[in-house]
Amino acid sequence: MADLLEIRDLRLQFNSLRGTVKALDGVNLTVREHEIIGLVGESGCGKTITGLSVLGLLPRPQAEYTGGEILFRGDDFLVKSEAEMEEIRGGLVSMVFQDPLASLNPVFRVGEQIARVVRLHRGLGKKEAREAAVAALERVGLPGSETILGSYPHQLSGGMRQRACMAMALSCDSPLLIADEPTTALDVTIQAQILRLLLDLRERLGIAQILITHNVGVAAQACDRVAVMYAGSVVEQGRTAEVLKASRHPYTTALYECLPQDKKAEELTTIPGSVPDLIDPPSGCRFHPRCAHAMEVCKDVKPEPTPLSDEHWAACHWVAQQEGVA
Amino acid sequence: MSPLLSIEDLTVHFKIRRGLSRKSVDVVHAVDDVSLQIEAGETLALVGESGSGKTTIARAILGLNKPTAGRIVFEGRDLAALKRRERRAAMREAQVVFQDPYSSLSPRLTVRDVIAEPLRAQTKLSGAELNDRVLELLEMVGLGTQHLWRRPHEFSGGQCQRIAVARALALEPKLIVLDEPTSALDVSVQARILVLLKELQRKLGFAYLFIAHDLAVVEAVADTVAVLYLGQIVESGPTELVLRDPRHPYTRALLASVPSPDPELRSELGIIKGEVPSAVRPPSGCRFHPRCPFVMDICPKEQPELRETSGGRRLACHLADDFAFPPIVRPEGDEGAASREPQQRSSGEGGRPEADEPPPYGRSMKEALFGSRRKARLVPGSMADRSERDT
Amino acid sequence: MSGATRTDAAGVLGEWRLRHASGLSEARHNLRVFLRDKLAVLGIAWVLFMLVLAIGAPVIAPYPEQGRGKSNLSERFEAPSSKHWFGTDNLGRDVLSRVIFGARIPLLISALVAGSVLIIGPILGGLAGYYGGLLDETIMRITDIFLAFPALILAMAFVAILGPSLQNLALAIVITWWPWYTRLVRGQAVSLRQRPYVEAAKTMGVRNGTIVTRHILPNAFGPVIVAITLDLGTVILEVAGLSFLGLGVKPPTPEWGLMVSEGVEYVLEAWWISIFPGIAIFLLVLAFNVIGDGLRDVLDPRMKR
Repeated sequence: MADLLEIRDLRLQFNSLRGTVKALDGVNLTVREHEIIGLVGESGCGKTITGLSVLGLLPRPQAEYTGGEILFRGDDFLVKSEAEMEEIRGGLVSMVFQDPLASLNPVFRVGEQIARVVRLHRGLGKKEAREAAVAALERVGLPGSETILGSYPHQLSGGMRQRACMAMALSCDSPLLIADEPTTALDVTIQAQILRLLLDLRERLGIAQILITHNVGVAAQACDRVAVMYAGSVVEQGRTAEVLKASRHPYTTALYECLPQDKKAEELTTIPGSVPDLIDPPSGCRFHPRCAHAMEVCKDVKPEPTPLSDEHWAACHWVAQQEGVA
Repeated sequence: MSPLLSIEDLTVHFKIRRGLSRKSVDVVHAVDDVSLQIEAGETLALVGESGSGKTTIARAILGLNKPTAGRIVFEGRDLAALKRRERRAAMREAQVVFQDPYSSLSPRLTVRDVIAEPLRAQTKLSGAELNDRVLELLEMVGLGTQHLWRRPHEFSGGQCQRIAVARALALEPKLIVLDEPTSALDVSVQARILVLLKELQRKLGFAYLFIAHDLAVVEAVADTVAVLYLGQIVESGPTELVLRDPRHPYTRALLASVPSPDPELRSELGIIKGEVPSAVRPPSGCRFHPRCPFVMDICPKEQPELRETSGGRRLACHLADDFAFPPIVRPEGDEGAASREPQQRSSGEGGRPEADEPPPYGRSMKEALFGSRRKARLVPGSMADRSERDT
Repeated sequence: MSGATRTDAAGVLGEWRLRHASGLSEARHNLRVFLRDKLAVLGIAWVLFMLVLAIGAPVIAPYPEQGRGKSNLSERFEAPSSKHWFGTDNLGRDVLSRVIFGARIPLLISALVAGSVLIIGPILGGLAGYYGGLLDETIMRITDIFLAFPALILAMAFVAILGPSLQNLALAIVITWWPWYTRLVRGQAVSLRQRPYVEAAKTMGVRNGTIVTRHILPNAFGPVIVAITLDLGTVILEVAGLSFLGLGVKPPTPEWGLMVSEGVEYVLEAWWISIFPGIAIFLLVLAFNVIGDGLRDVLDPRMKR
């Protein structure tokens, strides 16, 4: 399958009052056509920033990309102008965010907002735009009825709002959808519905998705492949079952062990230490201060991805050593 | 031995005033006839989605909401019957930890002041003695002197929660209400807080009322659990019993909807249709009936009573106690993930591989495997699910 | 083991610094953010300069008696020159000295108004917002009544009734301003009382009064400070306006608005009599406005971590 999106060694820093935040430290991520890949990590790891970077939504020049490429079907987004990116947003690549209430303009009806996106990108007239809005709503499982088209965002429930956001995002048939924690703000049964919808969209319409989440369960159930991020870079990537059940990177393994599934409180484990400060991050491998397998080299050199199988790789010196590659 | 806290037929209704005349028109049935008990030293979890009333119940216990009807009996004393002074003294015994670590601590106060606040309000401690007690509490939660004079925004979420816990411990309460204490925290931090909470409970012997929506966390920490839907208890009992062998369709749906982190176990997503209805006009009879896959004629007409069944379980459902729910065992093996591999797509724009495979119901019956240490989760509704997907 | 038991002087100072380290570093941070706004810094500089002029007027003004109001009929209507930098007015008084002395009243009244409003507003507004119910309704209805009148008209009415004088001027302005701040603080209090930390305090049995003083008021102050700085410009304009209409201080007291009014009939021949006080008003109002903007940036939550 062709690579739809390839992020190569993306590096990003931005200035804050306390110093330079080295937010992304060489992110490597590939997304294939028609697949759902999960971008998993805890808060501060840079997963949202990576998603925003694809669409160029971080304000420049405060956000300074110091290296890397974002290749969409071979075309580097990083060097594009703002005007070109505006074309791409909502067109080739769309995004839905965590809080659907904040993503919808409260003073416009839902139908209008969707229609506006369509008109902007496809230049349709009012009537066709409305029909496109109806089609968009039906695509996400909402009836394209007058009731919903004519409702204001606050009149809809959380799940319906999120669906409406997705309808807006997909109204122009983007081949890639980036969903940033789309279900975190929702009830668990509604979350299940939305995940089912994401899977459906992939099956029926072939929409590839980057599903950004901190919930390992969401990644496990809805994603074909998973990329685990820690402190600004992807540390392990591969098929879901490989990464979660046969994880090799110490962080992934430790993270999975922390989950409370089927454990009594006494059996819970934690990861010692805490998430590093990105203004003054640890040298070499950023996980080394908390890693049970840290070696001398981990302090000095940032590990490169070590291939483990055709899909699976982990960026870790210890793993490299085990594979006889180091 | 009488329970530490006993809630009897608690009802909390809120009036929404609409219209110019401000006459109360709508009543929000937040909590209806809920009865619960918590024994000293045990952990009861309240589980439910939005609109379930779990937060309202907690607030009623803490005195933040006034009950419309029913009694809250704490250590044998009816809270409503107490005079203001006595109630203030009684409230020492129940403290709270909220969900958002940052907004539960006043941003202007230092950590010392945050923890000292309850002590200043209810005891005569001051000066050096006060500081010593604050330090003692900080050390109990794993923080130290260096944190005394800092402000909440300088700490991480997990540390703030620990400060909140230390504050809750200050008055040596008998009951601590925890409102989703770990929902806002990362997984690795969550584990640490849960371990801390359990240790403190073991050492100091208080009871927890643990509100959560994460069923895995509930299973890890709670002795008993009560599942709430739209203001009523639909099922309650010992945690293992209720979560491993749920007998209420809503409990089963909840368990089914929780995505399992094990990719080899398939959660049946999207099993329950529709949204939680409005609490202003709750459905007639059994409030769950519009969304229940096993609805019968009697369900919209008559509200099922919460009755005791075996093993300490209470259940409110018209289905027979021995109703055979269709079992769905999540299939083992990778073909769940493999079936979604792009390579198996026939055309370029996404075919429907599922159409070629037997639907999950059939597949799971064929491949029921008990190879893992995980027990089978029994969930309903596969029929409804399958018919939905066969468009 | 608590650090509160050390008693030597250096120890006490070190202790104080330790306890307030967080507050101090936050203050330093706020200062840094504020200083980044060059305009706001200029504004502060200008206000300080005005203060110096106002306080040191007898020493700084070249012709102090004329500044206070003594006529100098031999030198009427003189254009600006090296002897009288701002020229002289219709009674021969040195305009520069008059402008310098004239700074006193706006600054004094600003301070009075700010002080009063910062007391009344938070108290009434905080209580109304926190307790709600009848107290809230009553206070809100009273503010409604006051707010129904255009501010300037109300002030004029008060001064007309009470008679023009400095005190009455200040009083009139306070009366027109207090409702805004009460409402502002009340709004803050209403939203703050639902915060988890306030509810936590209630469950701990903290008394309501303590909750208001410790939690509600300090957190409500931010927007109030910004509002007051921005409004001080308007206060000064009100003072000038009322004086211009003859409802403020009486001549020969030096006050910018009064000076503008006195010079209006000569503005074509002796423009300096009105223009310089006018510029002084303009600059001071502008200064307060940019300070307010700068403060708003400081308090903007985006600036925090």
